Amino acid sequence: MSTSIDPAATSLLRFATAGSVDDGKSTLVGRLLHDSKSVLADQLEAVERASLGRGQQAPDLALLTDGLRAEREQGITIDVAYRYFATPRRRFVLADTPGHVQYTRNMVTGASTAELAVVLVDARNGVVEQTRRHAAVAALLRVPHVVLAVNKMDLVDYAEPVFADIAEEFTAYAASLGVPDVTAVPISALAGDNVVTPSAHMDWYGGPTVLEHLESVPVVADPTGDPARFPVQYVIRPQTPEHRDYRGYAGQLASGVLRVGEDVTVLPSGRRSTIAGIDALGSQVDVAWAPQSVTLRLADDLDVSRGDLIAPTTGVPALTRDVEATVCHVADRPLRVGDRVLLKHTTRTVKAIVKDIPSRLTLGDLSQHPAPRELAANDIGRVVLRTAEPLALDAYADSRRTGSFLLVDPADGTTLTAGMAGAAFAAEATGEAAPAVADDEGWDF
Amino acid sequence: MSVDETPYALTHLDALESEAVHIFREVAGEFERPVILFSGGKDSIVMLHLALKAFAPAAVPFSLLHVDTGHNFPEVLAYRDRTVAEHGLRLHVASVQDFIDDGRLRERPDGTRNPLQTVPLLDAIGAHRFDAVFGGGRRDEEKARAKERVFSLRDEFGGWDPRRQRPELWQLYNGRHSPGEHVRVFPLSNWTELDVWQYIAREKIELPAIYYAHEREVFARDGMWLAPGDWGGPKDGERVVRRLVRYRTVGDMSCTGAVDSSAVTITDVIAEIAASRLTERGATRADDKLSEAAMEDRKREGYF
Repeated sequence: MSTSIDPAATSLLRFATAGSVDDGKSTLVGRLLHDSKSVLADQLEAVERASLGRGQQAPDLALLTDGLRAEREQGITIDVAYRYFATPRRRFVLADTPGHVQYTRNMVTGASTAELAVVLVDARNGVVEQTRRHAAVAALLRVPHVVLAVNKMDLVDYAEPVFADIAEEFTAYAASLGVPDVTAVPISALAGDNVVTPSAHMDWYGGPTVLEHLESVPVVADPTGDPARFPVQYVIRPQTPEHRDYRGYAGQLASGVLRVGEDVTVLPSGRRSTIAGIDALGSQVDVAWAPQSVTLRLADDLDVSRGDLIAPTTGVPALTRDVEATVCHVADRPLRVGDRVLLKHTTRTVKAIVKDIPSRLTLGDLSQHPAPRELAANDIGRVVLRTAEPLALDAYADSRRTGSFLLVDPADGTTLTAGMAGAAFAAEATGEAAPAVADDEGWDF
Repeated sequence: MSVDETPYALTHLDALESEAVHIFREVAGEFERPVILFSGGKDSIVMLHLALKAFAPAAVPFSLLHVDTGHNFPEVLAYRDRTVAEHGLRLHVASVQDFIDDGRLRERPDGTRNPLQTVPLLDAIGAHRFDAVFGGGRRDEEKARAKERVFSLRDEFGGWDPRRQRPELWQLYNGRHSPGEHVRVFPLSNWTELDVWQYIAREKIELPAIYYAHEREVFARDGMWLAPGDWGGPKDGERVVRRLVRYRTVGDMSCTGAVDSSAVTITDVIAEIAASRLTERGATRADDKLSEAAMEDRKREGYF
């Protein structure tokens, strides 16, 4: 890290890595941390000590990231871990996710907040089932940017045609899923080629290293294009002599921009008012945008409480009690048709019933199974829900914040299922033909 | 065009602040009896600052809890009491010394009291029926902490089972819990040590003076400079010297080491940390060196 980091000038990129055990994901993460000088001396010493204690000759960089006793014992990554590193240009939050099929829920967890996903491929094997699975999860979660890291180029003599074929196949596949942006980089995580420093072995490659791309990819979408959504978290009423009449609605803008003077509607009641003031953590401002946490004051004394949604009167979401969504089931107990659950959407929790489970996606061969009746742990499928109260639900394609929800077990609070409202893949949303995969039923599961 | 250049971009500190405030407000909206763990250390000071901003102009709707090991730095206790008075907060103190005095805890042979904090902490959580407990833990501190959720469900024994954590997606935090269970909440999960210091600089937050370089009597043990005191140091053969030092973390005197430093201003401190080749816990905490899984093991028992 450099002392010239200017906190005012640096932005934050959240990204996730996906890759099977043998693709070299731990080595890539270790290389990124090590070569960007984010591994400090005492951490390296601890890894060297532990590696020697196990009889290994060289330090095992995977020990840097596998933080749990069980992970170190088994040499696999069980759970998502978050890593932090910085360069003078940007700060990074890395969701280091396991690649096993049985941990799909953890890949989904890591991808849910990621603005970029790095999908790792072994150059010797090319695009395999697991690669398609990772691309599908990134597409489902609508991760805006995908990096294909073709690893172990040193084992294929740094041959350009090997890389070009894999990059072309993957990019076409990802495009058919609606992934808008793929950058392919030929690397050797072990030798350090094109991870942080440009490779001396691949003159034919003119693109950025993985780190250069991470540093320069644009990550903040222009919020002015999205309709504003303000889920009310908490009502602030000081009731002190100097703030006797103060009533503020605290929340974080889920999308869009709000301005003082704007006409707004409160949902689900439908009552209308005008924004009288915006308090941005202590100072008054005229404008606020996602994802700022602010406090709104309205011109009229309305009944507004936690769980309500404030939106511009010109762009109000529809209210619905019938929810169709793609879900990833994350609990060990199955989700069944007829289950009574709680649905948490933004700051609102309502009762819901699972009316139907029309289909399940088998991640193994990416085929569709109609009417499975239930979803088991790590299954991805379509569900139809009926809620006790109306929700101001957007399509996940339009907003990752107001289009996502959780299903929760009312008995013990277990998080059961992660949901994404609306169409499954971007390709469907834009009306493009669903890709032909596995069989003629394609992705429209 | 690079969208980072739009007038609507947020700096990384603004993004972290916004996220932390969102977490505080979620807890205020969903829990009955939250409490903020407050030690007078920099992370808990930043947490309190964020809470003050999150609910302004109203008061922070939480009380504070300090687990006092009995070996705390006097300057830090003074800071704690000053801060509580200044903001009109309510402070609960759970005292390790009380537990030792009445026989519920026994002093360890090495004199370290840090691991002993778990019992008074869980006792206070039970006695006050706290259902959400804010901690200043950061995922960058330690590899077991890197696996920690923002909302971490703890069973009736306060235990953490890393294999049974709830997946945490988007910003949808699930705080539901059964009676007797509670949730640990970490608003600074995504902050690094450097983020904390840059935020302290930006917000001009006052800290206990021991975070800045000062001349102090210390003695060497296990590669660290420890402060002499009633807690049991120095032993025979350990020589007290006067050195220019500061603290990177503030905890129990028996296991928190000072580092050689001439950083007297916050700008100096930030420069020093940015150039440091040691993590803050590696440099200054003895208890994490007990074993490869020391932190994980303590967390399983109910520690933060």
